[in-house]
Amino acid sequence: MYYKESMSRRVFLVFNYCFVVLVSAVCIYPILNTLAVSFSSREAVAAGRVNIWPVEFQLDAYKFVIEEPKFYTSFGIAVIRVILGLGVNMLMTVLAAYPLSKPRSRFPKRDVYMWIYVFTMLFSGGMIPVYLIVKATHLLDTIWALVMPGAVPVYNIILLQNYFKSLPDEIYDSARVDGAGEWRILYRIFLPLSKPVLATLVVFVTVAHWNSWFDGMLYMNRPEHYPLQTYLQTIVVKLDLNTINDISQVKNISSQNSKAAQIIIAMLPILCVYPFLQKYFTKGIIMGSVKG
Amino acid sequence: MKRKKGKYLSFHLMLLIPTALLVVYCYVPMAGIIIAFQNYKPALGFTGSKFTGLENFRVLFTNPGFMQALKNTVVIAFWKIITGLIVPVTFSLLLNEIRRSSIKRTAQTIIYMPYFISWVLMAGIIVDILSPENGIVNRLLGLFGVEPVFFLGDNNWFKPVLVVTNVWKEFGWGTIIYMAALTGIDLNLYEAAAIDGAGRWKQTLHVTLPGIAPTIVLLTTLSLGNVLNAGFDQVYNLMSPITLESGDIIDTLIYRLGIKNAQFGIATAAGLFKSMISAFFIVTSYKLAYKFTGYRVF
Repeated sequence: MYYKESMSRRVFLVFNYCFVVLVSAVCIYPILNTLAVSFSSREAVAAGRVNIWPVEFQLDAYKFVIEEPKFYTSFGIAVIRVILGLGVNMLMTVLAAYPLSKPRSRFPKRDVYMWIYVFTMLFSGGMIPVYLIVKATHLLDTIWALVMPGAVPVYNIILLQNYFKSLPDEIYDSARVDGAGEWRILYRIFLPLSKPVLATLVVFVTVAHWNSWFDGMLYMNRPEHYPLQTYLQTIVVKLDLNTINDISQVKNISSQNSKAAQIIIAMLPILCVYPFLQKYFTKGIIMGSVKG
Repeated sequence: MKRKKGKYLSFHLMLLIPTALLVVYCYVPMAGIIIAFQNYKPALGFTGSKFTGLENFRVLFTNPGFMQALKNTVVIAFWKIITGLIVPVTFSLLLNEIRRSSIKRTAQTIIYMPYFISWVLMAGIIVDILSPENGIVNRLLGLFGVEPVFFLGDNNWFKPVLVVTNVWKEFGWGTIIYMAALTGIDLNLYEAAAIDGAGRWKQTLHVTLPGIAPTIVLLTTLSLGNVLNAGFDQVYNLMSPITLESGDIIDTLIYRLGIKNAQFGIATAAGLFKSMISAFFIVTSYKLAYKFTGYRVF
């Protein structure tokens, strides 16, 4: 670089390396520990002998968890919920973002609509009235209760319409001159040009749907309708005594390592999309915030 | 003219379904806030329930539980905003000093990961590592002869635990954003500063910090909108009846009153109170963000 490395600078650099490595280690340790616990025997876990490497390796905890009907049922519900939610959210985002990205000269009512959308970010009726509406629209205890109340993701719409705005006007104008209608322009031109942003939003929405648990608890009266995170909420946080009794009859499994196994399985989908998340996330923020 | 009308028509058609859904699931519930002024009985509905004016608010504000929850909310949210500013800025500056890109990237990958894990799973992990029996934190403290601490069952510890675990989950996100801002700083500025005799510390002070100042101001002002958001997911999953006193926040209170005790009127009143204050702060923060940085959300 453009300076001489002094002694104090070198000392700083060494300390800085150590500090960054230490902080990273502290951040990742609990997750590695959970992974190790899920593969360790009951005795080793109870004695607190497990750190980041499995002690007395076993797979029984995973076998037990996977064979638990409540677990795989809720896992299935979570998958369906992600697919439905993704479809609905993305469709609504695209449909709303395109007209909203038009300047007032091309779509005079644009600002009126924009305010309708943005106002929902500022103010909400709150938990109880939304619950009563979900009930009134007969969605309670159906999978649609997890999809419809958040069907229109306003924040994502704003990101996408900002991106649409940043596309050169000439593309739009030439397509108009060639006689293409708005639907065709959206489908054939704008969407293919927006693949990176759309990929970002797909990943956002997937993670959000996979991780959400509260709506499951709120809108599902029967535990067999719970999506995975809601089911895990009842298991992982509040230790269900019945489950522990069931478990203790099975060799090698304790509430702790089976709990760890469930946490790891529930994390897997996130870890699978994580590389994409990292790749697109910052890009998505930067692209979306292009001023309109 | 006819063609022009048809053109708008397709825009209106595109917006039809999203707007309709927004009306049903956002605007109709907004109308539902009249429950806050009623002694709402589900059997009687909006129209049949008796109007009681501000009675629900009176009950709410004279309830010590609500005042405690309000205080907890503001205190927790305040510390989360402060740590959410200081920790990512500091860490991104330190990370920026690391020249070996493999370490830099690995560190970024690691610290960013908890952000995408739900609070349910995080809470499961936190309960384990803070366990007074064999949690790692207490095992470490034991090495120094400290008696095991029941972090999640102690009202003195609960708020600090909330703030620290929130930093763990969230600071990677802020760090990544500041890192992006740091890479945007013109390298010539460093060169010029070095020629003028500025050392690394001076360069950080006079080039780096001003360079990311707009981002700092932006994220901080935007976070003002969260003064009454102390984090329902986190608190609900970590709280127990023992820590209700130090951990109960407005959102958990609303849930308990409304869904568990079916006191719809009072819970909606609490929600309305929160919504109004939040809306005020969000609008103010956006105005400030625009004034300071020219940032516009839309």
